[in-house]
Amino acid sequence: MNSPLPKKQTFTPESLKKQFRLSEFLAEKVISSIAFLSIAIIFLIFIFVFKESLPLFSFNDKAKANTEIQTTTGAEIETYGADTSAEESQPETYGAPAESLEPETYGTVTEDLNPDSTTDTEVVIDEKVTGNKEGADKTWSTFFSTEWVPVSDNPRFGLIALLIGTLKVTIIAMLIAGPLAILAAVYTSCFASNRRKEIIKPIIEMLAAFPSVVIGFFAMMVLATFFQDIFGYDSRLNAFIGGVAMALAAIPIIYTISEDALSSVPKTYTEASLALGASKAQTAFSVILPAATPGIFAALLLGVGRVFGETMIALMATGNAALLSANPFESVRTFAATIGSEMAETVFGETHYSVLFFIGSLLFIFSFILNAVAEFYVKGKLIKKFQGK
Amino acid sequence: MEKAISITENPFAKTNGKGKDIKEKAVVGITQIAVILIIAILVVILGIIIYQGREKFSWEFISSFPTDGMTKGGIFPALIGTFILVIVMSIAAVPFGTITAIYLTEYAKENSKIAAAVRFSIRTLAVVPSIIFGLFGLGFFIQFVGTGMDTAFNDGELHWGQPNILWASLTMALLTLPVIIVSVEESLKTIPRELREASLALGATKWQTIKNVVFPGSISGIMTGTILAVSRGAGEVAPILFTGAAYYLATLPESLSDQFMNLGYHVYIMSTQSSDVEKTMPIQFATTLVLLILTLSLNLVAVIIRSRIRRRAK
Repeated sequence: MNSPLPKKQTFTPESLKKQFRLSEFLAEKVISSIAFLSIAIIFLIFIFVFKESLPLFSFNDKAKANTEIQTTTGAEIETYGADTSAEESQPETYGAPAESLEPETYGTVTEDLNPDSTTDTEVVIDEKVTGNKEGADKTWSTFFSTEWVPVSDNPRFGLIALLIGTLKVTIIAMLIAGPLAILAAVYTSCFASNRRKEIIKPIIEMLAAFPSVVIGFFAMMVLATFFQDIFGYDSRLNAFIGGVAMALAAIPIIYTISEDALSSVPKTYTEASLALGASKAQTAFSVILPAATPGIFAALLLGVGRVFGETMIALMATGNAALLSANPFESVRTFAATIGSEMAETVFGETHYSVLFFIGSLLFIFSFILNAVAEFYVKGKLIKKFQGK
Repeated sequence: MEKAISITENPFAKTNGKGKDIKEKAVVGITQIAVILIIAILVVILGIIIYQGREKFSWEFISSFPTDGMTKGGIFPALIGTFILVIVMSIAAVPFGTITAIYLTEYAKENSKIAAAVRFSIRTLAVVPSIIFGLFGLGFFIQFVGTGMDTAFNDGELHWGQPNILWASLTMALLTLPVIIVSVEESLKTIPRELREASLALGATKWQTIKNVVFPGSISGIMTGTILAVSRGAGEVAPILFTGAAYYLATLPESLSDQFMNLGYHVYIMSTQSSDVEKTMPIQFATTLVLLILTLSLNLVAVIIRSRIRRRAK
């Protein structure tokens, strides 16, 4: 550096090689290992949600969870006692969900089938004593029954009832949200002028910013009364109300992804179609929509995933009674709502607790598969389609 | 492809007549109705909540404690609880999310299997139902980490092994992580390649380039991500149902190991478990209104910043 003229430098393959710098090396390693944590989180979520449901799989290992239960018995009874009295004082008011969930489930179903369970409080006490004494074998055999009576002399964890409830709500929600969101997406990407597009898109996407508890609250307070006046059904909160509310939550997801899919159809498709003399509507429905089918399929899948796992809306607007019927105006109970409403009342290690975690693992696996299908199958198809292979 | 060329099979050939105009208009009209319907629903929800919530909505309502068994008074502790929740959540999620986004845009090689796996896990995180995060928080943070900490430091005395703000915030951080990663990644992608290349050509190392060129350019993306995450975290209830939210507390939380009240949870319990739902209706609507104002205004700010980033990209 001292001499005015730099020395003539010679470059050899060795001198041009990247030098090893510790700080560089560390930075890269730290950053990538932090990024890999997100993979670890997925595994951790599965492991820990599944781990808590493991007692269900330890057949013949009965004594394990029993000790825990007896210690906290007192507190639990109080909870149920309070809930029951609250229900009896004001049935069918706005307070329906959380309060009516116990009464309707345990009340109706238990009383019909269990002659000895005349009062709910007694049932709880009995359950504490007999608790977890039936082994895992017994619990499993009840999974495929249609009754969800987790707290009783003879607890039955009929997942079928919950599955049907969840499916009912999901179907209703998708029947409403699917067509609405896709038609709106078609309008935005194919017909709307650029100026309108810039107004419509943020507004509909704003619906995604609504917390689900707000949608649930709205459904429970306003929609329920509104639709009851129209259809005149008995139970104010039911699968239909839940479905409508969940449709509101699913619309922005389906809309955004289908709109993306529609907009990513190459412009040449549109131009070719218009040049052939097709009208705008014909182009949209016969050319662009079919070309974007995989993307729209993905949108619907993710919409289903959202509705399937939605907790707060299900808790607040579906009535939370595990009734088995095809009538959309009956109360239902979904998987997610069951976890949400009962987890706080169970005791660590109890069968009921494990069953709820087991439901959680099912939900997790289901949403994982939905996402994987949407990601790999659909994307592969889209790419193939647009590259003309 | 061959079908489209043949004129006789052209699906449009049949409709070339007078009926076309009406049909065309009807089809466009139906899609338009769908848009109008969605926007109308949105306006109705907003309108009803604002209309019903306005009478109770006041500074006093926001700044006072609930009284008389939560049938009167305000929502101050719920608001503070929500603030603490989103702050702790941001402290945990923002660095983590930013670093992951930097890895994905700067270090990950194209077509690398590991980067694809990271991306896939992030998308999965985004679609996992929020209640599962609640279960995870209970199973991992409370039962595993918390109880482990108690046995290690407190001689088994119950201190961390129960629901509290820290566990609720960390659970919420996991939930909002994808939001931050996506925003930061998007803004990193708008930084021109030439800037990075210029920096490297001047002799800066990769880490120096990231630290001094890429990172400063991504600040607005980090902000958008944080704001969106806060908006999401303030509104979610399912993950905190069993990781720390409390029905009613007479005092504000003093440490991270305290339980807390939360706006969304407050709406939920007031509308489903309150002793007199009918009487507390105005409070419920006003609380919902506060929650909605909080989340929507945050979202609006994020949308504005994001549109600026996008304009810069063009």
